[in-house]
Amino acid sequence: MTTAARTAPTGPAALQRRGRFRFGDALLYGLTLVAGFAAVVLLILITWKVLAGAKLSWQTFHLDFLTTTTWNPVTEVFGAGLFLFGTALTSIFALLVAGPIAIAIALFLTELAPPWIRAPVGALVEMLASVPSVVLGLWGILVMGPWVVSTLSPILSTLFGWTPFFDGEQTVGSSQLSAVLILTIMVVPIVSSICRELFTNVPTELKEGALALGATRWEMIRGVVFPYSRAGISAALILGLGRAVGEAIAVTQVIGAGTQISFNLFATGDTLASKIAASYNSAGTNLERSSLVYLGVLLLIFSLIVNVLAQLIVRRVARRQQGRT
Amino acid sequence: MSVQADPGYSLSSERLRRRKVVNRIMEALATLAALLAVAVLVIVVASVLKKGIGAINVDFFTKTTSTFSFGPSQSGIANAIVGSLVIVFFAILMALPVGVLAAIYLNEFASPRMRAPLQLALDVLNGIPAIVVGIFVYVLLVLGSGQSALKASFALAILMLPLFARSTQEVLALVPNALREGSLALGAPRWRTTLSIVLPQAVGGIITGATLATARVAGETAPLLFTSSLVGNEVNWNPSHPLMSMPYFIFAASEQADPGLQEQAWATALVLIAFVLVASTIARYFGLRSRRRRGGKR
Repeated sequence: MTTAARTAPTGPAALQRRGRFRFGDALLYGLTLVAGFAAVVLLILITWKVLAGAKLSWQTFHLDFLTTTTWNPVTEVFGAGLFLFGTALTSIFALLVAGPIAIAIALFLTELAPPWIRAPVGALVEMLASVPSVVLGLWGILVMGPWVVSTLSPILSTLFGWTPFFDGEQTVGSSQLSAVLILTIMVVPIVSSICRELFTNVPTELKEGALALGATRWEMIRGVVFPYSRAGISAALILGLGRAVGEAIAVTQVIGAGTQISFNLFATGDTLASKIAASYNSAGTNLERSSLVYLGVLLLIFSLIVNVLAQLIVRRVARRQQGRT
Repeated sequence: MSVQADPGYSLSSERLRRRKVVNRIMEALATLAALLAVAVLVIVVASVLKKGIGAINVDFFTKTTSTFSFGPSQSGIANAIVGSLVIVFFAILMALPVGVLAAIYLNEFASPRMRAPLQLALDVLNGIPAIVVGIFVYVLLVLGSGQSALKASFALAILMLPLFARSTQEVLALVPNALREGSLALGAPRWRTTLSIVLPQAVGGIITGATLATARVAGETAPLLFTSSLVGNEVNWNPSHPLMSMPYFIFAASEQADPGLQEQAWATALVLIAFVLVASTIARYFGLRSRRRRGGKR
């Protein structure tokens, strides 16, 4: 691996040649430059077009849209309040469940498991991420839903019945709880694969130092692994949150399109993304269509913030680790 | 692994015991979490297999979907398979050249000052929810002029682009710089070096990455809802029409109460999941093998 040239500038980009003009070089450079900027252009275009599509709804409802909790095509009053609430509730709960599980899986794969088990189990966990969301949703309504009603929700109701989240009895298969579980399944592989990479990068000498001082493995993890990768873990969780908030299809399938704000996870609900997905062919008027796009604007703004934030953290962590070696 | 301390030696053997118990509990919980994730995967795949296998026969692949709510008078997904093929094919056609060219720019030409923001843009694009991409294509292309499979392909291509670009870039970065230097020293122009020396070295990895990305995007439903959902029941290869696709069929059929349609949805899910898992397993296997070979050579 240490074959890098000893000359000062390294890397392909440093091999710029000054000399006579070559048409082929200019052509390839131009083409790749355009392609390199495709993502930037697309981001601008997406933002511009989605904002333009929501213009009518913006002119009608302005910021009241965020607090209005009705979505009534008959009276043409639309608001995102219900969906904002549902999105927050389901994705926060999903993250609360998925975060610890994902970190635990990453710990198992980096610190605990015997080496021969790491690769296959890691691959299986990542395979969970490649199950199409529509298939997960199908399984969510037809298999998981009935199981939640018959088995899981009575248990949760007995254990946590005193909180507003698990109140009473679940009667129908579609619920916010199902959405939380499905989102958990989708978020776990993402967060755990990022955490796995973070934990592998913790310097061995620090870990060995802690163990040599007599720390148990858990104390070593708590005292060395976690503090060392704290920033990265938070980036992973933020990315997981972004994924949970943006998931449309599987949530639409299991959440039951409720029209009431309810903290109760046994009740039906709706999220920004699932509302858009559910109304794809039913939007009648221009105002309703535009309001659906307005929901998309909210999702877009959120995902832009979340992703830029998480990527900046990831980059800072990577820079710090490069500086170390 | 764990240090066996002599109980008589420690002044606070009670405390040590407690620390060890905590350690054991945490280790057990971590193992349990990993088991849980694997179990969920197994349960999902097993239920798709169990519920879908019954509806899979020759008719399933040769006949077309039945109209919703009238029961399965015909019983196949031929049109959905064809539609998915057409949509995904054109998506690859749009995204792969742009993705590879972008990766070439990022790895071969861009200065670090240029590279950082462009990579950030790719990663942020990767994080935009599929449903938002669907809405974007709907506002940009569908409003006013109607749906078509090509517009669905465009939406999928937006999702593929960052995946293609980043995976290609990673492979290009593995190509030894000495090859480029050698080629340039022999007088080959830069474009010739890139296309005839660097790219052939990376082509295996590019295909691996592209297969993984395609497997992931082929199951996306959200962008299809707005671009290719007003569909008929006949087999159609024409990308200028909206076409039925496997993910959309599963989505639409899963909302129906008809058990016959549900069984078809399971069978379609089985076909889709088999494609996704087989493609990504093969790609992963070859990716691993070529990386190992390259690692061994040096």
